[in-house]
Amino acid sequence: MAGSTFLDSSELVLNMGPQHPSTHGVLRVILKLDGEKVIGTECVIGYLHRGVEKIGENRTYVQFAPYVDRMDYVAAVSNGLGYCLAVEKLLSVEAPPRAQVTRVILTELNRIASHLLWLGTHALDIGAITPLFYTLREREEVLKIFEKYCGARLTTHAFRIGGLQYELYDGFEEDVAKFCDMFLPKVDEYEELLTDNRIWVERLKGVGILTAEQCKAYGVTGPVLRAAGVAWDLRKAQPYSGYEQYDFDIPIRQNGDTFDRYIVRMEEMRQSVRIIRQALERIEPGPIMAKVPKVIKPPVGEVYVSIEAPKGELGYFIVSDGSTQPYRVRVRPPSFVNLQALDQMCRGALVADVVAIIGTIDIVLGEVDR
Amino acid sequence: MRKLIRTVFLVDLLQGLWVTLRNQHPKHIYTEQYPAQRPKVAERFRGAPRLNINPDTGETLCIGCNLCALACPENLIVVGTERDPKTNRKVLTTFTYDTSRCMFCGLCEDACPVDALELTQDFELASYTREGQIWDRQMLEEGPRPTQYRS
Ligand code: SF4
Ligand code: SF4
Repeated sequence: MAGSTFLDSSELVLNMGPQHPSTHGVLRVILKLDGEKVIGTECVIGYLHRGVEKIGENRTYVQFAPYVDRMDYVAAVSNGLGYCLAVEKLLSVEAPPRAQVTRVILTELNRIASHLLWLGTHALDIGAITPLFYTLREREEVLKIFEKYCGARLTTHAFRIGGLQYELYDGFEEDVAKFCDMFLPKVDEYEELLTDNRIWVERLKGVGILTAEQCKAYGVTGPVLRAAGVAWDLRKAQPYSGYEQYDFDIPIRQNGDTFDRYIVRMEEMRQSVRIIRQALERIEPGPIMAKVPKVIKPPVGEVYVSIEAPKGELGYFIVSDGSTQPYRVRVRPPSFVNLQALDQMCRGALVADVVAIIGTIDIVLGEVDR
Repeated sequence: MRKLIRTVFLVDLLQGLWVTLRNQHPKHIYTEQYPAQRPKVAERFRGAPRLNINPDTGETLCIGCNLCALACPENLIVVGTERDPKTNRKVLTTFTYDTSRCMFCGLCEDACPVDALELTQDFELASYTREGQIWDRQMLEEGPRPTQYRS
């Protein structure tokens, strides 16, 4: 262009990440900017690729279970539950009631832990540092319960195919009940800090809008979808592990912006507590392991099982060729699918909003890259 | 009108500050002064491996059945055995365990039929070399000896 200087050039390409603290791991986002405005984005992923699906083809069914914990390491229990349910479906066994109730309690605790970490880091990205300390403090209590139950805090490997490996420890019920009582006022405390805070509201309201149609087009699930007004929760839509017996609501909001997703997740934590309280009353003595052969050799076939992980629909597609190792394991991670909507949400937003939008999708790069 | 008052008097900010202030109370201190103050981990904690020995005789409990090595997804346990010509029974000679690759999933522990291999509550596994991460039988039987600090 004749006479144009550097200052006139309207487009600027900027790399954000992979070492950016607000991309929650090693995500690289290429931003195309017009001044402060984002015209387009492109995600470069794969920095944390470990080939989990391929590993699955070289391990027996039992041996693969610890690896799924390492995909979404923030919600390892949910990952384990999905995998165990999938293999159980292949084997046509069902976990005994006591195991199912325990699974529900631990998965819901994990949902709370995952949302707490999300809230802390999301608020930190926006610039509110205080909530992080509080959320990590409460998350610690959940992790302590995990540690006492199965001996690990993060990559728990809590469930086994067919049920549970560990019996509940003495005082499990009291610990969980105490956590529930302690936790609900804390959620109100977070809301007190954030919901009315005008910086928080200004930064989130109307940012990163994703309508219900767009959500469906991208296949986005989880709180992002529910914040757009679609009451789709696999715990209600395709109940597993006895979720149909619990009485809880699916929180939904209509605007589909970042603020609504925040509200939905806050409400989900309260609903999780509600489910845990009901589940605590349902714990009954009994076996914790179904009759599963020592060497797991499922019949030839394929199965797809999906559960509602904290971040959305987590699905496992397993093809069995009748041997002790799966022929193919395909994982449908919620973070990966939800991340596809980033471009749509970022268009027209400001650079500073990109941080908020990445935070609100709630991605874990271990799961995106697998 | 209410909104105006809230805006003028910064109610939202004061509300937040009040929450922060409430949490300043010394009873809300959760930080552990780690090397001086050691955390007490849970009983079931899956940490450093140990090869149990019979406390009375000092003999190892391991029968050299190799089940732990087969159960391990990472194939990091190597069990060396030889046949005792007199009793014609397998006896354990070597046992190596590569803690650098271990993910502490506990499958080996579950597989052991005689509870010889156990993941213990020791959690300090750091070492200056890669070789230091590979534990031999002696190390497994004695366990790690972390430095104890005092404040
Ligand atoms: S804990 Fe898991 S990875 Fe480590 S040695 Fe045992 S089976 Fe292998
Ligand atoms: S499973 Fe137990 S008894 Fe068998 S080789 Fe391993 S440690 Fe020894």
